[in-house]
Parts: sequence; C-alpha cells; structure tokens
Amino acid sequence: MSLAPPVTFDAHAPWQLSAEVSLRDEAFGALAYHHGNRRLVFLKSPALVDIVRDLEKYPTAKDAIGAHVASSQRGAYERALASLARSEIIHGR
Amino acid sequence: MGAEITLRDRFERGLAAPICLTWELTYACNLACTHCLSSSGRRDPNELSTDEATALIDEIAAMKIFYVNIGGGEPMIRRDFFTIVEHAVSRHVGVKFSTNGTRIDAAAARRLASTDYLDIQISIDGADALTSDAVRGAGTYDQARRAMDHLRDANFGPFKISVVMTRHNVEQLDDLAALADAYGAELRLTRLRPSGRGVDVWDALHPTAQQNRDLYRWLLDRPNVLTGDSFFHLSALGEPLEGLNLCGAGRVVCLIDPVGNVYACPFVIHDEFLAGNVRDRGFGAVWTESELFRSLREPGNPGACASCGSYDACRGGCMAAKFFTGLEMTDPDPECVFGHGETALAAKRVEIRPSPSPDHSRRTPVSLSAK
Repeated sequence: MSLAPPVTFDAHAPWQLSAEVSLRDEAFGALAYHHGNRRLVFLKSPALVDIVRDLEKYPTAKDAIGAHVASSQRGAYERALASLARSEIIHGR
Repeated sequence: MGAEITLRDRFERGLAAPICLTWELTYACNLACTHCLSSSGRRDPNELSTDEATALIDEIAAMKIFYVNIGGGEPMIRRDFFTIVEHAVSRHVGVKFSTNGTRIDAAAARRLASTDYLDIQISIDGADALTSDAVRGAGTYDQARRAMDHLRDANFGPFKISVVMTRHNVEQLDDLAALADAYGAELRLTRLRPSGRGVDVWDALHPTAQQNRDLYRWLLDRPNVLTGDSFFHLSALGEPLEGLNLCGAGRVVCLIDPVGNVYACPFVIHDEFLAGNVRDRGFGAVWTESELFRSLREPGNPGACASCGSYDACRGGCMAAKFFTGLEMTDPDPECVFGHGETALAAKRVEIRPSPSPDHSRRTPVSLSAK
C-alpha cells in the first residue's frame, strides 16, 4: 500500500530529520515515530541516531556520516539513511 | 548495526518506556460482548478523574511514548472523552481508540475528522450481522456500520476495522477485507484470548487448528493487514508473520486500566499480573521499578518448549492464553501449531482456570437499544 512516490536518496544532497518525527533514545539506538504517517522505525545503532540528529548541520548526508563513523562502515549507514528517507523520517532540504 | 535477532532480544529485555501502551478509559460499556477482555459493563466509581487523566497524559508525553491505544469499556461513554483525546493530541501524543461505534453519529464523526493524530478502530466480529451479533449483541453490527458510514461521510480518512478471529469468521476473511476496501479502511485482525469474559467462550469460539493454518497463510499473503503482532504463535508454521513476533508484556507493551492499575498487557487484567498503580508514584515508576516487569524482562524459560525446533519462531506463545486456560508459563501455547498445547491441557488432571479479577460485567441483561 505504498502510495507515496518513491524517494530517491542522494547522499551528496543535504538532508534533515522531519519536523513530524519524535525520537526516543533506547539502549540499542532509538525509536523514531512519524506522527503524520504513524510509522514507527527503529534506529539500530547510537551512531545512526547521532547522524540523523546532525544531518541538518552538514552540507550533505555523506558529510554527516563521515563525521560519526569509520569509512569502512559508511556504505551501511548510507543504506540505513536511504531506508529512513523511504519512511519519510528524513527528507531533503 | 546489529542483526534483527539482536534487536528482538533487546526488546525482550525491556525498553525505557513502552512502545505500545493501552489505556482502558472506563469499564463502563453499553454492550456486553461475550469475549470482552476487560469484563466490562459497569463503570468503576474509582476511575481516574479528568485531572488525573490529563496529568497521566503529561507524564506519557514526557516519557516520549508516541501514542496511546485507548479502549475500555466503551471509551466514548466518558463525558470527558474529547477533553482527554484533545489533551493528548495537544501534547503530541497520538491517539488510537477502539470503539463499538454506537456513539459515532454525524456530529461526532465531524469532530473526530477535524482532530489531527487521531486513529479510530471500529469493532465488528464478522462480515455480516448474524455472525458479528452472535458475539457482540443484537443490532451491534448495523450500529458499527452506521458509524463507518458517518466517518466516511465526514472524510475522516482511513480508519481501522478491528475483528477478533473466531471459529465463525475465519471463513469470512476475504469478505472482511472487501468490506475494509469498500470504506478505504484498514483491516485489523486480532487473536481471541481466553481473558476476561473470553474464558467462558474460548472453547466454543477459538479457531480450529486447520483454521489457524488457513489464517496464517492468508496473513502471509497480505502483509498490509494489521495484527498488532497478535498471531506470533502461528509463526512456528514457517516464515514469520509481520511484526516483532514476541510477547511484549511488560517489555514493550503494558496496560493502564480505568482506575490506574498497570498490568503487563491488555490481555492479563488479573491480580497475578498487576505491576502497580499510577496514583502511587506515577506511571514511569511502575514501568521501570515494578518487580513483575523486571522479572518479565529476564531471559525466558522455554520450559516444555525447550526441545522444540520452533521455539525461536513463537517463543512459546501468549502468556495470557496459557494463564487463562490453566496452563503454566513454561507450557506451550494452548493453540500451539504442533498440538503440544492441546496435549498439555489434556494432561492437566483437574482443569483449573483462573477467573477474571476484577469483573465489571453487568449483573442484569443489557438493553441493546439503550444509549
């Protein structure tokens, strides 16, 4: 029932956490809840939570990821952000 | 970025606050459904006041519990129903409430449609009046359909149609899905549990083993049908169903009843699973400090299921289903897909089933035309 147009995630573009999303820190990372589409999403590592919170401070998503994780892990975090973009937890700015 | 299984284990150890908090606003109900989980009927004179309810919402907001599932009883019977709902929404706590629909006329539907972050579940227990009314009472199906009509006419958007699966409606799954489609609604199916008054109808109404297999396959093909993780005991049949597939009681789920008592889940309103009361030191203290909840967050004992290759799929099933059918927590689920639950039940020499505590059922028959 995916009615929204597909969101393409461009790591070289600027992104931010949606204003409609609340985050709650948990030992594994955080819960993210989108009040508009009622999606509950699990951010499965504390580093991903930091990246998501800091997205708006960096000119691109890639820069935000680079500030928080080692280069060997960056691909996995780009994929995680792409998934969050599809859930509308983050959006381009 | 841990694997999925790690996250599930984390959930079993409990979270800082529940993901899914159910709050029964009142034990008062104008219906008398035979399977009522909360044995509702009569209002409890001690139920939380409006001020206590709004203070509780403020605490829920502070704990970053994103939404509450409001039920009852019939929550719309409370005179301050809209006050409570609108206070929650103003605090950014989303509300999903379950109703029998009898109080949703055209004006109520318009008011509901104008409120953001509000989600409604209307209960029916069959795709036609004959099937549904047998459980919920004469005339209730038509009343629920009128409520759905009002919500549609008020452009509420996609509400939910909530159905408890019984022996008499598993065959109606396609009709139920078609009904939801016709309203642009979402279908939500939940498991019949032997909780509350449900203990009296469980034997006659719970789906047969074959029906449970049919239901499992039907759900696998329809990942968009909502289940509230209700049927994880069926995941032992193969591929896991959508959801976390674990018992969330006291870990990611709990229930606050109309008088402020906190129970481990919506299906165990019984002294045995009472964790505390929000009137003492607030809800947060109960959630984090209750001995009951702490013990539920300890690694589980697979008991009789230890040697079963599917334990990881179903984790032994539903605590409430075991408890109210007289099984031990270390026994298999009474609806274990391999029949181990039936064997365990048969092995009980004397069947002792706990009776509901508390019981707010009416002592006199309900007049169904009464509002």
